Amino acid sequence: MGLESHVSQPFLATRLDEVINWGRKYSLWPMPFGTACCAIEFMGVVSSRFDVSRFGAELVRFSPRQADLLLVMGTITQKQAPVLKQIYDQMPDPKWVLSMGACASSGGFYDNYTTVQGIDEIIPVDVYVAGCPPRPENVIGAVVKIMEKIDREKAANWR
Amino acid sequence: MMTEADVAARVQEHFGARVLEAYSFRGQHAVTIAPKDLREVLIFLRDVLKFEWLADLAGVDYLGFDDREWRFEVVYAMLSMENNVRFRVKVAVTDDSVSVPSVWDLWAIANWEEREVWDMYGVRFDNHPNLRRILCHDEFVGHALRKDYPINRRQKLSAPSESILCVRSELA
Repeated sequence: MGLESHVSQPFLATRLDEVINWGRKYSLWPMPFGTACCAIEFMGVVSSRFDVSRFGAELVRFSPRQADLLLVMGTITQKQAPVLKQIYDQMPDPKWVLSMGACASSGGFYDNYTTVQGIDEIIPVDVYVAGCPPRPENVIGAVVKIMEKIDREKAANWR
Repeated sequence: MMTEADVAARVQEHFGARVLEAYSFRGQHAVTIAPKDLREVLIFLRDVLKFEWLADLAGVDYLGFDDREWRFEVVYAMLSMENNVRFRVKVAVTDDSVSVPSVWDLWAIANWEEREVWDMYGVRFDNHPNLRRILCHDEFVGHALRKDYPINRRQKLSAPSESILCVRSELA
């Protein structure tokens, strides 16, 4: 193109979406919302044996304001539902939600007066993970799914 | 050495016809009494027979179960650590118009347990300091463990519960 003759340093041409999504997907900041045994399994996910840090999502934040990946791990009761909604609302855009395990995804076997039948009644969900509880590989697989989804997004669509 | 059978005999001897029903199942003895006699029986157990601990307090709904004259029962599971013996006292509650005297001043744990029975079965406790729901949320209507509560009726909560926010001050 002849552009090289005008700049002294080497450079790389890309699309804005590409570079922003590349940055976002390799540095997800998870916020764990652990309410049941899935949260125990999550300890395996972040620890050395399975090690989600291989995918850049290991820096767990306990404030929703510092996170962009909400991990809902466990049974959500009706009493807790507004709290989960409030935490989701407090997370800055862009944000993604991972629903881990049968309870968070569908209520699990708690088909009764007390349990929300899937967190998608309250907040939008990006990836559902099956299992009771899911294996750590499964959760890491879901994180990778979210990374793939980020890749396909229009970065400018987020506020 | 005092056995459960001895306890049942002592209670029946002391309260006579005020014991509505006494039975045993696999060596576990229980007596059923009316709400008005509850405090007297429990104080007798605590002070005379040395049942110093209220191990559990639970409700039962017998709707459609058999032809007994009362619908609810509140069960007091007692433990005597001194004699190493357990005993159960059941209170017959005809329906939810009948209330049961609170025993929170005898055993502090009864405070929360009675709230649970109120929450789940709608059995009212007289002289309870704070008879609010303890498990279900504040907007919940009805009592979830009653046999006539529809198994698939769910009730949404619109905003975070006040009771969640004030737990700390209550514990203080």
